[in-house]
Amino acid sequence: MIELPQATLEADAIPVRRRRALPPSTGRRPWTFYVLATLFTLYVIGLYGPMVCIYILSFQDVRGGLVFPMRGTSLHWFVDLFTQVRTGDVKGAFSRSIRLAVVVTAITVVISFMAGLAFRRRFTGDSVVFYLMIGSLVAPGLVLGIGVGLICNVLGFEASWYTTALGAQLSWTLPFGVLVMFAVMARFNNAWEEAARDLGATAWQTIYLVIIPVLAPGLVAVGLFGFTLSYDEFTRTLLTAGSLNTLPLEIWSMTLNVTSPSLYALGTVTTLISFLIIGICLGTIARIQKRRAAGPAAH
Amino acid sequence: MPVENGSIELAGIVKSYDGVNRVVDGVNLKIADGSYCCFLGPSGCGKTTILRMIAGHEDPSDGEILIGGEQVVGLAPVERRTAMMFQSYALFPHLNVRDNIAFALRVRGISATERRKAADAMIEKVRMTELADRLPAQLSGGQQQRVALARAAITGPKVLLLDEPLSALDEQLRVQMRQELSRMQRDLGITFIHVTHTQLEAIAIADTVVVMEKGRIKQAGPARDVYDQPRDRYVAEFLGGQNVLSGRIERIEGDSAMISADEMRDVIVPLGPRRTVSAGDRVDFAVRRDDVDLVRPEIGAGRQRAKVPSRVRAIEYQGNFVKVMLDNIGSDELIAYVPDRIFYRDPFSIGDIVVAGWDQDKTRMLA
Repeated sequence: MIELPQATLEADAIPVRRRRALPPSTGRRPWTFYVLATLFTLYVIGLYGPMVCIYILSFQDVRGGLVFPMRGTSLHWFVDLFTQVRTGDVKGAFSRSIRLAVVVTAITVVISFMAGLAFRRRFTGDSVVFYLMIGSLVAPGLVLGIGVGLICNVLGFEASWYTTALGAQLSWTLPFGVLVMFAVMARFNNAWEEAARDLGATAWQTIYLVIIPVLAPGLVAVGLFGFTLSYDEFTRTLLTAGSLNTLPLEIWSMTLNVTSPSLYALGTVTTLISFLIIGICLGTIARIQKRRAAGPAAH
Repeated sequence: MPVENGSIELAGIVKSYDGVNRVVDGVNLKIADGSYCCFLGPSGCGKTTILRMIAGHEDPSDGEILIGGEQVVGLAPVERRTAMMFQSYALFPHLNVRDNIAFALRVRGISATERRKAADAMIEKVRMTELADRLPAQLSGGQQQRVALARAAITGPKVLLLDEPLSALDEQLRVQMRQELSRMQRDLGITFIHVTHTQLEAIAIADTVVVMEKGRIKQAGPARDVYDQPRDRYVAEFLGGQNVLSGRIERIEGDSAMISADEMRDVIVPLGPRRTVSAGDRVDFAVRRDDVDLVRPEIGAGRQRAKVPSRVRAIEYQGNFVKVMLDNIGSDELIAYVPDRIFYRDPFSIGDIVVAGWDQDKTRMLA
């Protein structure tokens, strides 16, 4: 009986709250979760649905057509793609695209890396240089392609995929590469470089023992960007590739004259290649980080 | 000619980035070989710039830097036999503890087995053997500091330069690592130059404390001298523990001045080395807070004591002493540190009228 007045006293001192800030957790999700989950599902379907249709239809057999329903299953159209002349020079276009993308990637990584190093400190005119670099991103690709073609014409170059198209693609991949590099460099501590110098490293040793290893995951990301942008490039390449097509140009011309599921088969193959390359890059980044976490063995 | 001795001499060092503002403005200083020297000052006072100039990461605009008697301006850090420990340690994130420590040997082209041996010996010295294969990100702040220390020390420098080495640590660890730095300095027997903005840190470890303000040295000397006998108001206030009061000289009597202000009358301050002052001058003087004692007005104080009637404004318990804040004298704070045993014999409360007193010979005239 003695505790009772004590309890009422406490209750008086602390006013009873009518509502809590958050309802007590009952283990159920709020209705907003279901709304947002639905929205996200629709987004994913919209994003991947069309592509998945193409992939499915590419596995039809010889009776297959361009629309659903699916007629049988086989790899017929994949074989057809690489053996039939009437579907165009897919093999050649593919090898050109890969080679071009590799060259574009290499140049993009090297130049972006150097630009990243240059922009560690402010210098006179740095913002002008930066905006000039970024400016070409807003220029319409087709117009830029025409311009590159015109200049080559004036200079007497013949347009080809490994000269003019290379230049036109670099105008697209370099600004992106540099932007990614800036994001990567933002996390680079200049004191690392100074520490290397303090410990007696030469400028070159600092670059290959400290800067490149520290930035390696970022450089792989820049490379990945360069590769996919180039491998997929259409508008800038269209008027600069000369007589031989890159893969996107080949696909485009196929949409105009090929009316068989081999077109879809081509879509499936190129997607697989893209995923393979992305997988290799992400795997490399993961391996670098894992090796760091485990601690390097003797080297 | 290689530097064989870690004594440092700065002669008329000036550093200016824009040719107008001088970050370092004419610094002259000698630091003995094998001593522990602290540069102390608020941020932007030029202390880190001096450190970086000694290290060879920046060149002075004017003046000379001598290490072991050799002119070193223009030489690379390695040729100066200096090593620097950076503020956030700047450990290489992609290398484990051993490879970080062995980095300096690697760039010198020393074989893998040899540098591993040397690195492991150094790792043992800083007690990191179990963690030798960890990456910097997997270490605590204190462990990172040890690795940074080992990495800097492996080349056998004559001078180790430490830029705010303890600022990244929490309070408890800071005290612990302070001792570790002290121990390493004795072990290695080389000159340590340590930059900090924390007074307690500086006076706790340094043989020589250099107090800086706006690119100039305000006072340099043994820690105790700088703390106990500050030369001017800036040093006294920056190091703390002092009441810095200001007043007008009423008259000079022999070696002492009688000083008054609105809130105090005829406080006697020994002139000390300042003999150029005369009656009517406004001067600053200092008295340590722990030299001030407080009594209630009815109790008379002894002779030879300065007496200032005042009132208790605030009280803070600090553990071993009680900080009693009294009414300001002009714009100057008057604070007494009363040992807690004495305070609680007859505790004051806020608003009490007290008489603050101190021995006249404990006061010090400031420049």
